[in-house]
Amino acid sequence: MIRLNSARHLRTLGAIVAFSLLLANLAACGGGGGSTSTNTSPIKIGYTVSLTGDFSADGKAIQQGYQLWADTVNAHGGLLGRKVQLVSLDDASNPDQVTTDYQKLITVDKVDLTFGPFSTLLTKPASVVAHRYGYALPEGAGGGPSVFQQGLNNVFDVSLPVANNLVSFAQWILSLPAAQRPQTAAYATEDDPFTQPQVDLARQMLEQGGVHTSYYKVYAAETTDFTPIAQGVIASGAQVCVFGTLLPDVTAFIQAFKQQHFNPQALIATAGPDQGSQFLTNVGGAQTAEGIFVPNGWYPELNAPGNQAMVNAYIAKYGGTAADVSSDVPEAYSVGQVVQQAVTQNNSLDNAKLIQTLHSATFDSVQGKVKFDATGQNTMATAYQFQWQSGKLIPVFPSSVAAAPPEFPKPKWP
Amino acid sequence: MDLSLIAEAVVLGILTGAVYALMASGLTLIFGVMDIINIAQGAFVVLGAYLSYVLAQHLHIDLFVGLLITMPVMFGLGVFVEWAFIRPLKRDRIMLSILVTYAIAIIIEGLLGRIFSTDLVRLDAWYATRSFNLFGFYIGYIYLFAFLLSVVLLGALYLILYRTKFGASLRAATQNRTAAQLIGIDVERVSALTFGIGVALTAAGGVAFGATNSFNPGSHYDLISRLLVIIVLGGMGSLGGALIASFGMLVIEDVTAVVWEPKWSTTVFFILLVLVLVVRPQGLFGQLAGRKE
Repeated sequence: MIRLNSARHLRTLGAIVAFSLLLANLAACGGGGGSTSTNTSPIKIGYTVSLTGDFSADGKAIQQGYQLWADTVNAHGGLLGRKVQLVSLDDASNPDQVTTDYQKLITVDKVDLTFGPFSTLLTKPASVVAHRYGYALPEGAGGGPSVFQQGLNNVFDVSLPVANNLVSFAQWILSLPAAQRPQTAAYATEDDPFTQPQVDLARQMLEQGGVHTSYYKVYAAETTDFTPIAQGVIASGAQVCVFGTLLPDVTAFIQAFKQQHFNPQALIATAGPDQGSQFLTNVGGAQTAEGIFVPNGWYPELNAPGNQAMVNAYIAKYGGTAADVSSDVPEAYSVGQVVQQAVTQNNSLDNAKLIQTLHSATFDSVQGKVKFDATGQNTMATAYQFQWQSGKLIPVFPSSVAAAPPEFPKPKWP
Repeated sequence: MDLSLIAEAVVLGILTGAVYALMASGLTLIFGVMDIINIAQGAFVVLGAYLSYVLAQHLHIDLFVGLLITMPVMFGLGVFVEWAFIRPLKRDRIMLSILVTYAIAIIIEGLLGRIFSTDLVRLDAWYATRSFNLFGFYIGYIYLFAFLLSVVLLGALYLILYRTKFGASLRAATQNRTAAQLIGIDVERVSALTFGIGVALTAAGGVAFGATNSFNPGSHYDLISRLLVIIVLGGMGSLGGALIASFGMLVIEDVTAVVWEPKWSTTVFFILLVLVLVVRPQGLFGQLAGRKE
């Protein structure tokens, strides 16, 4: 037995203990990504947002969603005991700018994690840059098939896979009794990797079901004059209109249809009608919006973890009502939720581990359950069809979640 | 191919072209007198649209009636911008004007974004969605009213240019700025007023643009690119050229979209533009180089 009865022995022992403690702390600090609880600096999460350009309306909503999530996390003690700090750059809705911005976020700003931008068009270059540096790119608004055909393992879309967005609408049309079922359909879509795949798949399904295509046009995303396209749809006399649009184009189509007294029996757009109060303001009110369909993977009353709290937080921070919440907000919020769960599970910010966990685990989000397949698409997302009825955007299909039956045919324009 | 569809495309192209003629006329006028390219013209149109939006939403003033307020305001803004940012440019005016006016456009966009956010809005009025029947097809009232407004304003501009002393001074400055100075014309005053007129016209353009398109602060990029193309085709500095080019561009694009494919509309127009410029580099009605210092 060692006798610690001299001052020199005690000092030596004390030094050994102190040194051991120091070594233990240093070991905990290492391992790339910082899982130690002694690191109190904020966790930086970088992303680009379309504050200008074609996607600026959606970009703002995406930013709101990310910010709401960050506020929620920070109000509950942060992530791994550290505050979350969002670092954003304006990508001007430009793919080249996205590449530059993500390079800067990763190499200059040295963010710990990255989130995705808005749109398939911008997610593609972002995912390439993130992959180059070994970063995971979870995102909620870049679900076009071409994102997942790049052979990358680091991109994860928490939302509904885009190509299937209109499938349930096509199924519903074909399920109508023969006497009621529309015979003709018109399709007009931007040449955009988000809108065109959805419209093409819906067209394929409806044609196979006997609904004749009376008009089909693809137009450049930069188009500013939609009148000739609207005229073509009107001249076709189609009973169903399927549009691959964003808010500006669907607004222009509706305005032209009202002027020309053209009343299709059903009208669905891939995006635009899901923008809440912004859509109502642009088309001229709830009466004009009545009966218009839009696909979506979320709605304010959805019974999903954190959804009600998110909606309440949105209203408290930005005002308005639940119906005013753009569907881009929960898409972004879900990204934060999924990353939070994965990082917490790993107790690490290491991106390699994060990618592994994202590929293997199941997560909860305000949009429902999330589980990624090998390509990064969410296999558990549900495609709901929504319709504007009496000033509210409500789920009408599938019947298991329908707040009301679909309104068919669509009422005439006011 | 349904001929009525083509006829409709031509009619709508002319009506829409009048709106662009209004916006482009200010741009070409400014270049003609001042030798500067006002990249902020699109941003001024968007600003004019927002001013009309505020008047309509908060004071319930009709869009066209509101021009009695917005046009003088924009005129004053134009005079101020010329005095503060353009007049100090003494050398390399064309190149520097591009940079300076681009900066002004960014400032306008930023301020509008701060005040109104990036949410898309549209000018609403009963005539924005109503239409009347003309030979079997419907014409939107907004297009007719915008066309009539363009005729009135461009007619007034013509009268100013060709029936007033100021107009004579303006045309003299267009032909040769230095010579105009030498014969006693206050070129700086003419420039300020011309810039003011050019910007005032954007208020009217803003009403027509905002009532037929959803817009937000970032909408000026698409606009200015189209306006620049119009004045290049028409001949920089030529009002008549801007008019013809506006009609030409919109009719060609609309007919192409109907007869062929919408995605080729812009391509067809640009091919024709290149062909015109190969034959007439100065544009349809422009003057050849050596016009002025």
